[in-house]
Amino acid sequence: MSDKAEWIVFLVFAVPLVASALGVVVARSPIHSAMSLVAAFFFLAGIYVVLLAHLIAWLQVLVYAGAIMVTFLFVIMLLNFDDEVLGVRRLKVMQVLGIAGALGVAGTVVKATLDLGELPMREVGNDFGTIRAVGRVLFSQYILPFEATSLLLLVAIVGAVVVAKQRI
Amino acid sequence: MAPANWYVILAAILFAIGLAGVVSRRNALVVFMCIELMLNAANLTFLAFARQTGNLGGHAIAFFVMAVAAAEAAVGLAIVIAVFRTRGTLHVDEVNLLKS
Repeated sequence: MSDKAEWIVFLVFAVPLVASALGVVVARSPIHSAMSLVAAFFFLAGIYVVLLAHLIAWLQVLVYAGAIMVTFLFVIMLLNFDDEVLGVRRLKVMQVLGIAGALGVAGTVVKATLDLGELPMREVGNDFGTIRAVGRVLFSQYILPFEATSLLLLVAIVGAVVVAKQRI
Repeated sequence: MAPANWYVILAAILFAIGLAGVVSRRNALVVFMCIELMLNAANLTFLAFARQTGNLGGHAIAFFVMAVAAAEAAVGLAIVIAVFRTRGTLHVDEVNLLKS
């Protein structure tokens, strides 16, 4: 893909991504936040495809936009709570300071990244980011963390049941 | 090829939006969603540098981050349900038993 085409595709996904991420933060109702987050995950999957991370892009749609967000929506529907504030939302001093800190973090990273100069992308083979290539890395170099992940998921399942169940 | 800087800058913006949400929103569920946003920003950085260096290790790490995010969402939402059941609120400022 040529430089300009990649730049355009990047912008096509990046601008709505930032917009929907802002939507998560500013939306008043949690449902609107959740739907914005689903949109953000889809746009992020598009960015991943531009980065040739095909497997991770698929997992992003299946696991994040599918499984995790369905769990979120399920809990929102289940709990049926009121919106946090119905009137004008007032920001406390700590919250304003926190937002300023977040902007500071972003500014620092952006400045540091721009100071690095252009980091050119290396030429990669045709199979970069495919299931075969990532699977080979996952099952050779990262086999121990991979197995630890299965244990982590088991602990999470048991923990979720124990915490949410009224009586064991 | 576009330089990796743009992807890292996008990830920084995404991370800052998530961080701002975590510190400014008071609904525990929205705070969780903002944490997911921050995890995704970290993933984007991993994938950008995996592409830049041509090393697939970043993809493996992104996979693990996703697994951790799924586990975190499962346990976190269970805690949200338990807190809502006992205290009837999700406002993070009102869940302050340890503070008083």
